[in-house]
Amino acid sequence: MATADPKKKKKKRRKKESLEHKRNRILVALAVFVAVYALDELGVLERAFGNPGDVYASFMLFLVPFVIAGHDVLKKAWNNIRHGKAFDESFLMAVATLGAFAMVFFPDTDPHMAEGAAVMLFYQVGELFQAYAVGKSRKSISSMMDIAPDYANIEDAEGNLKQVDPNEVACGSIIVIKPGERVPIDGTIVEGATQLDTAALTGESIPRHAETGAEVVSGCINMTGLIKVKTTKPFGESTVSRILELVENASEKKARTENFITRFARIYTPAVTGAAALLAVGGGIVTGAWPDWILRGLTFLVVSCPCALVISVPLSFFGGIGGASKIGVLVKGSNYLEALAEVDTVVFDKTGTLTRGTFSVAEIHPENGYTESSLLEMAALAESFSDHPIAQSVRAAYTGELDSKRIANSGNDSGHGVFATIDGKKVIVGNAKMLAKAGFTAPDCEIAGTILHVLVDTTYAGHIVIADTVKDDAKQTISDLHAAGVRRCVMLTGDREEVAAAVSRELCLDEYHAQLLPGDKVERVEKLLASEGAKHKLAFVGDGINDAPVLTRADVGIAMGAMGSDAAIEAADIVLMDDKPSNIARAMRIARKTMGIVWQNIVFALSVKLLILALAALGIANMWLAVFGDVGVAIIAILNAMRAMNVKGA
Amino acid sequence: MKKSFKLDEIDCANCARELQDELTQLEGVKSVSVNFMTQKLTLEAEDNEFEEVLDRVVEFTAEAEPDCEIIL
Repeated sequence: MATADPKKKKKKRRKKESLEHKRNRILVALAVFVAVYALDELGVLERAFGNPGDVYASFMLFLVPFVIAGHDVLKKAWNNIRHGKAFDESFLMAVATLGAFAMVFFPDTDPHMAEGAAVMLFYQVGELFQAYAVGKSRKSISSMMDIAPDYANIEDAEGNLKQVDPNEVACGSIIVIKPGERVPIDGTIVEGATQLDTAALTGESIPRHAETGAEVVSGCINMTGLIKVKTTKPFGESTVSRILELVENASEKKARTENFITRFARIYTPAVTGAAALLAVGGGIVTGAWPDWILRGLTFLVVSCPCALVISVPLSFFGGIGGASKIGVLVKGSNYLEALAEVDTVVFDKTGTLTRGTFSVAEIHPENGYTESSLLEMAALAESFSDHPIAQSVRAAYTGELDSKRIANSGNDSGHGVFATIDGKKVIVGNAKMLAKAGFTAPDCEIAGTILHVLVDTTYAGHIVIADTVKDDAKQTISDLHAAGVRRCVMLTGDREEVAAAVSRELCLDEYHAQLLPGDKVERVEKLLASEGAKHKLAFVGDGINDAPVLTRADVGIAMGAMGSDAAIEAADIVLMDDKPSNIARAMRIARKTMGIVWQNIVFALSVKLLILALAALGIANMWLAVFGDVGVAIIAILNAMRAMNVKGA
Repeated sequence: MKKSFKLDEIDCANCARELQDELTQLEGVKSVSVNFMTQKLTLEAEDNEFEEVLDRVVEFTAEAEPDCEIIL
């Protein structure tokens, strides 16, 4: 560009024609066309100019609407010829319509000027519709993703609020979010409490309560109270920015179907154009009826643009991905949406995916004179200083006061349990191994879960069962997946056999593998992958934190409960913002629907075009039909593609 | 280096596809994508010659698709 003259460059940048202007221009051309057509049909021209003078008169008159409507197409075509691009749509339209006009030089055939002008008009009307439809779908997709706030409130020294660009807010600043505003940047609440609407991120309509100390995620709407938030990330790394980037870039990762269409488009136009030339010349030589065969060739040219396919397939994927993001499912590429539609094995990590992942006290079985509350009190006191999730759940279950003065000599035996001296008594809380070390044989408990035995001095005080509970919608999810055609639902867990079996029974899973170490999970998934058919895909669902290797190994890696977790968003192909497994089934329905639409469009567009080509070759189809085959099909395909955005039923 | 630019505007999907095919063959272009749906051009080239390559891409686009402007 350094060599280019800036003036020259400016000259080139002429103002683009607006859609309204184009619409008006086409309406004018249409009016003129109708007038000329009427004059021609009513015989006015014949009376005025005689025969064959009327043919030349109508030739000139039909040129008027033709040029009004199509001058930009002709200009574009000319521009393309200069650049050696022959197979451009406007070039083909120009050749086809000018060709129709040129029929006037064969005085013994029917004149085709009306057809030439009408085809150009019809084509332009179609282009206009197409521009409207694409513009509208683009707008509705971007408004769907309009979750990025444009400002953040910062309080200045006098306590006045100032609106600033969220990009300029440094990490660690305090921002103020008023009721009704969107959280612009991820952070922690330092003052105030409120209800947050996370629907834009997770699709979940029940508001979430948040108070001082709670983390807030950008993109949520602050509903009830004013909160002050200390930002923990810059705007560019906040959840909302990352989501938008992800969804925008998703269409860069092309699905197989898209690549197929691209390759197809590359050969389709030259092939049809070649066929057109062959038809015109071949037919002309064989039969000698040149005008007729040239017209058939020109009709071929009109359907030779693959636009319907090239637009509608990516548009469907774009709509599907946009629609999925509306329910809190982020798909990182069209290829993953396509793969998800072919999934027939879903492998779940148990903890945090099918189960809540938080432990809670499920049962208390006191013995030897202890009551439920006294047993729990002992256990809670002994576990006072442990950060282990099990200890936390025991403390959470105990409602009384924990007086640390009562505890002495506390410690833990890693992986087995804890010990402490409470009120002068030696208390051991732990598993059967820990008890065995102390010389006791722990009784069995038939309930699946982690069992904490409590030993006070030499008395067995009973045991507490800690279990991870199954998520409310887990069972429904499995049956939905089965209904959607998933053959196998498999659960992998590091947990014990009995626990896994119990969960598996409850959820009606097809398969489970228990007591796996993290490395075993990859191996297990490899085995399952090997047993897959070539056309079927395997999806792995995990929490995205510990299972990055498995997520990458699976055909489709799905991370859930990822709101605010960068690692999970990074590792997965599909990200569920909240932690409801039922969204997997919904995402799959969206994927299936999108693929359905994609194939409908491909089959519809191709069969209409082939049909028209066949009819044109036989001389049955005229140019009118051919224009429908071009723009009409494109518009129908675009309208169909827009259905992919609608995810209400999914 | 990889950078995205807004396009104003490429009005036909097939043209976007063709433009992408042609831009890919320009000297110094590592990868380029012309996205019709998002109206975005993403260009990848070596850091030290990025500006040069970008100039080439802009110039070519202005020639091939006079209606389409790359907003820098």
